[in-house]
Amino acid sequence: MGELKLMKGNEAMAEAAIRAGADAYFGYPITPQSEVIEYLMAEKPFERTGMVVLQAESEVAAINMVYGAGGSGKRVMTSSSSPGVSLKQEGLSYIAGSEIPCLYANVVRGGPGLGTIQPSQADYFQSVKGGGHGDYKQIVLAPASVQEMADFVKLGFDLAFKYRIAVLILSDGVIGQMMEKVELFDQVPRMTDAEIKEKYPWATTGKAKGTERRIITSLDLDSLKMEKHNHHLQAKYKLITENEVRFELIGCEDAEYVFVAYGSSARIAQKSMQLARKKGIKVGLLRLITLFPFPTKQIQTLCDQGIKGFLAVEMSAGQMVEDVQLSVNGRAKVAHYGRFGGIVHSPEEVELALEQILIGG
Amino acid sequence: MAEITLEDIIKPENLVYEKTRLMTDKELSYCPGCGHGTAHRITMEVIDELGLEENTIGVAPVGCSVLAYEFMNIDMTQAAHGRAPAVATGIKRVWPDKIVFTYQGDGDLAAIGTGETIHACNRGEKIVIIFINNGIYGMTGGQMAPTTLPGMKSSTSPYGRDVETMGNPLKITELVAQLPGTYFVTRQAVHTPAAVRKAKKAIRKAFENQRDNKPGVSFVEIVSNCNSGWKMTPIDANNWMVDNMFPFYPMGDIKVDGVMVK
Ligand SMILES: Cc1ncc(C[n+]2csc(CCOP(=O)(O)OP(=O)(O)O)c2C)c(N)n1
Ligand code: SF4
Ligand SMILES: [Mg+2]
Repeated sequence: MGELKLMKGNEAMAEAAIRAGADAYFGYPITPQSEVIEYLMAEKPFERTGMVVLQAESEVAAINMVYGAGGSGKRVMTSSSSPGVSLKQEGLSYIAGSEIPCLYANVVRGGPGLGTIQPSQADYFQSVKGGGHGDYKQIVLAPASVQEMADFVKLGFDLAFKYRIAVLILSDGVIGQMMEKVELFDQVPRMTDAEIKEKYPWATTGKAKGTERRIITSLDLDSLKMEKHNHHLQAKYKLITENEVRFELIGCEDAEYVFVAYGSSARIAQKSMQLARKKGIKVGLLRLITLFPFPTKQIQTLCDQGIKGFLAVEMSAGQMVEDVQLSVNGRAKVAHYGRFGGIVHSPEEVELALEQILIGG
Repeated sequence: MAEITLEDIIKPENLVYEKTRLMTDKELSYCPGCGHGTAHRITMEVIDELGLEENTIGVAPVGCSVLAYEFMNIDMTQAAHGRAPAVATGIKRVWPDKIVFTYQGDGDLAAIGTGETIHACNRGEKIVIIFINNGIYGMTGGQMAPTTLPGMKSSTSPYGRDVETMGNPLKITELVAQLPGTYFVTRQAVHTPAAVRKAKKAIRKAFENQRDNKPGVSFVEIVSNCNSGWKMTPIDANNWMVDNMFPFYPMGDIKVDGVMVK
């Protein structure tokens, strides 16, 4: 058993970055995720493992530091919250085009604009539809506990390097700020320079004499070549869709209705499920762990099973619900319930929404 | 007397000039007479002469030199517009033993990337920045740059730069020289053989500083022409540059070994 600690979600993520053998973290403070860089600076990973921690002058600079360091084969990470993540979108589009592996977290707060520092899930579209320009995707992991804030760092780095892609840990102010018991995985040693050069021949680590140089770029002025590159990216996203869908089914065996939720909304919906079941309503929960890739097939299987209706529960005006609708494709009723702008819905109001909006509506 | 044949002449000891080894065979995309090509060449000559080929990672900007990675035969990363100093910071921080440099135009370095430039310089990143100041946005068709001179015409200042409404040209090189994180700051040109020799010496010093782990950024500005953007012949452009750009952007070292000399 690993070391047990009581930690905030943000701190668990920071500690996990050190333990996952990260080479660098570049970030800029913003509530509700500043604990990530504060924890790292206090913990001095530069002494523990040699990991670099740098406070950048902006989120724009931070993501471009990630671009440079990730392109040279190192395991690098950044984190921010909604307004800061908006600033990173240009860099993320370049990262997608240049196929740079990296990990970043968005501890989402309410928007639009400066919005509020309270929790939200209103950055779903930005996260899964590609917040920057161009046809691209990133893997999106949605932790629902402090434990998963830690575990998804390791998983995220592995997926990032497996596919040369950006992996986003899409959290929110609830998960980032709350304290829970977490079992920390053991220290993974940082890769040596020699290992990096051998494992990642695409990385800019200095061109050995007589070898081909490595170029990290998203540019090709030849449109036919650019189309080919886009086909390559799309094939990669398809492979990810086939292999990396992650979710959890809770109480769906006998269910007539299903809540679809992720992150803190999934925890609330699980409580609503218990309330509804006490009233004799057969409802289950599909908790999404990956938002891209989306568990479309699983939702179709639930339709095959005869589910009458799905209630998308999210702290937004209705974003994820669109992907639920696309997956259900008219075979069952789909509705949305969620508070937003920084308000967290209660289990009772979600249960009521099940009765009034989905079943009765 | 025996006849002299070509074989007698083509001998290593008679070699006076050759293609830069660390430039690729790719045809340069620059307009004839443009300073970018010469600046590329001397940069790569310095890297070659210092034996840094295997250890160097370059960062290309967005601007006419966006394709620098097609011409410079070393490992290269292409950065978003203005972000090269942040990209270089990322690389240098995780590969502190490597030599990292950026190559940037004036729009890239002194407009959209001002923040990244100032902060990389202020943090004292151990990198080389090569800054090609041609007073205009060459790549996008000759729009006004932060360095465009007062009264100078461009496609977005068609009646000349009016400093009252368009602001003053930014002497970013003098500005970064004021920061404690810069170690070597100089302004050069590449319009004559003598200037090229001087500029190459400055670039060599910049790379030596980084090789020797000197504290801070080595910043080399090269005042250059953009004959296409300025709508002049290459010769007229160089003459105009000497008469107009040089008085505003005076040549020479500004800071050497961390000490202001101007
Ligand atoms: C974010 C962004 N904004 C604008 C552009 C368009 N753009 C490309 S190059 C350039 C100006 C380049 O000028 P400079 O840096 O002076 O380089 P030069 O071509 O003169 O060498 C601009 C505005 C871009 N590519 N990206
Ligand atoms: S447009 Fe100007 S800067 Fe660009 S290649 Fe031509 S002369 Fe050089
Ligand atoms: Mg320019």
